[in-house]
Amino acid sequence: MERAEIQAKVTTALAERFDKDASELSDSTRFAEDLDADSLELVEVVLDLEESFSVSIDESEMEDVKTIGEAVDLIAAKLGSGA
Amino acid sequence: MTEDVAARPVALVTGASRGLGRATAEGLAETGHPVALGYRSDPGGAEDAAAAITGAGGRALAVQLDVADESAIDQAFKEVEAELGPVGVLVNNAGYVKDGLAIAYSTEAWDTTLDTNLRGAFLCSRRSLRAMMKARWGRIVNVASAAALRGNPGQSAYSASKAGLVGMTRSLSREYGSRGITVNAICPGFVETRLTEDYPPEVKAFYIENTPAGRFGTPEEVAAVVVFLASAAASYVNGAIISVDGGLTA
Repeated sequence: MERAEIQAKVTTALAERFDKDASELSDSTRFAEDLDADSLELVEVVLDLEESFSVSIDESEMEDVKTIGEAVDLIAAKLGSGA
Repeated sequence: MTEDVAARPVALVTGASRGLGRATAEGLAETGHPVALGYRSDPGGAEDAAAAITGAGGRALAVQLDVADESAIDQAFKEVEAELGPVGVLVNNAGYVKDGLAIAYSTEAWDTTLDTNLRGAFLCSRRSLRAMMKARWGRIVNVASAAALRGNPGQSAYSASKAGLVGMTRSLSREYGSRGITVNAICPGFVETRLTEDYPPEVKAFYIENTPAGRFGTPEEVAAVVVFLASAAASYVNGAIISVDGGLTA
């Protein structure tokens, strides 16, 4: 899966979850500051992504995900498609 | 009815070889939950109980689970997930008790008590939360003790571990309460188990005198409360610390 494809899928899912227009979201969008996600919502986001992409994300990896771009990079790395 | 029972979430009870744990596992199985019975060192009791549940038409699995061993916890959960499915009901029942005056109490016994009763419950809770978050439903029941609420001489480690469990219960209930997951604790008083059957007669008499019910409780009387907390009917009970002690701490 290409990074752009992963990004599109992630953005669509997040737009729906946080009630935003997908066009408002980009790689630099921050979960906490821009989407007003609390720490538990962030965990849920990660759990959703694990399921959608059939990847496994450790608790320690969750902590490093602060922006949409970082989430996309992490999934891309897991899927072996490179960042 | 059959459909309802078929949909009951999988329950995992730690320390389920005997006593309260076993009675709780049996009670959960009776209400239709597939049940995993965790044991540390005595497979016999857990396997007997699992066989009895299976024989009665339920689903059960005895699984080796030393709550003091983090990797063993993960292994046990994987086994339960593969055999029965994701854990929706966790009963942190495994416990260790060794009484002794603080002045001569060994650091090793302190560590074992805290590792089993408190750290073990935390590790099992943490391991179960992912699946519960995904399901947006879960029940964690921590088996604390009347010793969490009032002090007994000779029980500084045990009381500390159980009071810690009460604090953890309250914190977790606030952390996950918005996600359909409840976390509650029960505080049993004196219950007829292998733990209490060896008490000297004068000690038993003293405890009975201090319990308004005038007797020890049975494992089934405590299990019934855990079964209720695990049920859909208890959906609005969260962060509660429930005494099941015949009035001991009233």
